[in-house]
Amino acid sequence: MAEEKEFQPVIVGFFCNWCTATAADLAGTLRMQYPANIRPIRTMCSGSVDPVYVLRALLGGADGVIVGGCTPGDCHYVSGNYKARRRMAILKTMLKTLGIEDDRVWIRWISAAEGAKFARTMREVTESIKKLGPNPLREDWSI
Amino acid sequence: MKEKRIGVFVCHCGLNIAGTVDVEQVVEQIKDYPGVAHAEHYIYMCSDPGQELVRKAIKEKGLDGIIMSNCSPSLHQATFRKLAASEGVNPYFCEIANIREQCSWPHAGDKETATRKAVAIIKAIIEKLRRNISLTPLVVPLTKRVLVIGAGVAGMQAALDIADSGYEVVLVEQSPSIGGHTAQLSETFLTGDVIPGLVSPMMSKIASHPNISLYAYSELEDVSGYVGNFQVSIRRKATSVDESKCNYCGLCLESCPVKTASEFDRELAQRGAIYIPFLEALPQRPVIDRETCRHFGGDKCQACQEACPQNAIDFKQEDTIVEEEVGAIIVATGYELFPCTGIAEYASDPDVIDGLQFERLLSPSGPTSGEVRKPSDGKIPEQVVFLQCVGSRDPEHGVSYCSRVCCMYVAKHALLYKQAVPEGQAYVFYMDIRSDAKGYEEYVKKMVDEERVLYLRGRVSRIFRDGDKLKVWGSDTLTGKSIEIAADLVVLATAMVPNPGAKELARKLNIIVDQYGFITEAHIKLRPVETLTAGIYLAGTAQWPRDLPDTIASASGAASKILSLFSRRELLHEPTVAVVDPEVCRGCGQCVAICAFKAIELDPVKKVAWVNEAICDGCGACAVTCPSGAMQHRNWTARQFFEVIDIATAEYV
Repeated sequence: MAEEKEFQPVIVGFFCNWCTATAADLAGTLRMQYPANIRPIRTMCSGSVDPVYVLRALLGGADGVIVGGCTPGDCHYVSGNYKARRRMAILKTMLKTLGIEDDRVWIRWISAAEGAKFARTMREVTESIKKLGPNPLREDWSI
Repeated sequence: MKEKRIGVFVCHCGLNIAGTVDVEQVVEQIKDYPGVAHAEHYIYMCSDPGQELVRKAIKEKGLDGIIMSNCSPSLHQATFRKLAASEGVNPYFCEIANIREQCSWPHAGDKETATRKAVAIIKAIIEKLRRNISLTPLVVPLTKRVLVIGAGVAGMQAALDIADSGYEVVLVEQSPSIGGHTAQLSETFLTGDVIPGLVSPMMSKIASHPNISLYAYSELEDVSGYVGNFQVSIRRKATSVDESKCNYCGLCLESCPVKTASEFDRELAQRGAIYIPFLEALPQRPVIDRETCRHFGGDKCQACQEACPQNAIDFKQEDTIVEEEVGAIIVATGYELFPCTGIAEYASDPDVIDGLQFERLLSPSGPTSGEVRKPSDGKIPEQVVFLQCVGSRDPEHGVSYCSRVCCMYVAKHALLYKQAVPEGQAYVFYMDIRSDAKGYEEYVKKMVDEERVLYLRGRVSRIFRDGDKLKVWGSDTLTGKSIEIAADLVVLATAMVPNPGAKELARKLNIIVDQYGFITEAHIKLRPVETLTAGIYLAGTAQWPRDLPDTIASASGAASKILSLFSRRELLHEPTVAVVDPEVCRGCGQCVAICAFKAIELDPVKKVAWVNEAICDGCGACAVTCPSGAMQHRNWTARQFFEVIDIATAEYV
């Protein structure tokens, strides 16, 4: 009997240029390994991530989305991460009404120095989304 | 928009990329992608032959956009944008696809998946580049003058460094004299330099420097503008003395009937309502303190006016506002001390004093002419207890950080006390001794070994008055015994806290303060003398507690950053900023409210938003907020995001 292929989620990552994307570079430089399910998008700031972008990713079939910003108080643009936090909090309440598990959207603060935290977070988010299973919208589209 | 002819260059980076990503496969999958006119791979794209290959392809294939698929943009984006520009390709048509740090390195051992991810990353960047518009950096003018706020030792050092390099400095100090807290000190630790010999020459150099405009007894009223082009207004508080008439004879000082606590002598001496803060004060001119002056209190007193032979006293003088234009600003607002009364268990008593008060007692120009005498009765104290970490490292009562200088100045206090009163006994209660700089450890050790200062490791629980003595109850955690000392004088090394005005000033300057009120630097490790607002720098203890050499170093660091800024003829600013479509904008002003940089204004006539591109730092927050889509982030438009996201979700691992 053919072994059933393990579900491999697609996770879109919006990583701010100054902290989390730099942490991602650092994780790579340190050769820390994490699953390749993450599709990294380098944004200038977590505050430039429109909730609509997150929705676009989910509607497009992404199984999860992670927004990474600077740690609170350290935003390169003063307060972009706080803006992101509020936006994602509101978005999560809306996702439930749309029938999408809000656990599919993560927001994390990873500073430029935290390569290990970046790699660990990528492993965590991948594991967590694997447990949630495929994005239900993806099933619907494929009918 | 005309479709670009894009070249994709895939780097092997030796085996760093090619060991994990099948670069040939990548080129194979990319070469026919829409917009791609050329694709190739090479062992080292950043090498000379690699760059030559890119040049050749641009020329031969007529490329007007390139995607370098290699390491992080933080490494070689500048290299390749320069290369693009040299071949006539707009530098903003050069994008980096990071397939090393974010693909080959973290996914070693899974060639198939890593290759697929690399292709997805490159395709996403292709979609972004297809919609990039050509841009040129903005040129903004540069006013080569500097505002320094605070004329303590940090502000003075920075002002002198800049002024000596030939640029004009506007130096603003809120108190009547420059010199800061350093002028209050007796002598330095470690070297024993007397402070007047150290600070006075600096002060007089400031006062006479042709490139320095000094505004003492003045405050920053308002700031607008951006790096290279700040407009500042300075409030010169009324001194009530006409400077053009005053001949500094000092008769007014003697005539004043008011006696109030001297700030400079930390309330250990008195001054009149018209006063010069201290002997070596600069500018050496009297100031009327309107809070304590009887004339301003409603009384008819005109003693100083009557005493003045020059008729220089002007009770009607008003504050004046001075406008200045500068290109850079240094914040050097310094520190204050945590109050002695901050801990209820420690008696509020004239003989319980703080470190700066003890400095005044030690200072030859102080209230006791340098003799160590009790403030209460003027007697020589025979038992003196020094307490470290009062309010520091104590989140319950004060602050959780270490004030960094107390260990060292307490050692100096104990030494100077022993020199003044050789038969006296000095006790030091400490938590840990932090003597972490050149010669510091040896200095503290000398106090213990040679000067026989009794260092007791532990805290003091209570200090209270008992007859003519102060009872100090503490514990020695090394012997486990409780200790009671009948002291004559107790000196509290209270925590260094930020200048209480720093928060308000930071708000005016649009810079950040931390939870305590210290100014936050751009990066605590890599950019310690800059703030996140371009053109605003910081120096000295406004940032964090530090001692004299560290303060001087940070001040000179800030000055040198400004000198390097001023070495340019004009400033270049990234053009990837927000832009408004005035046809779409309905002037709701949400972007104005969300901008952390005050870069957006509403045009009062057209009722549409307007972005000051020189101030905008390109974070993109306004574009997200805009309800109509009128605001867009150049080269990161919503359209570009959508295309990039669609690529990211198009293929499954």
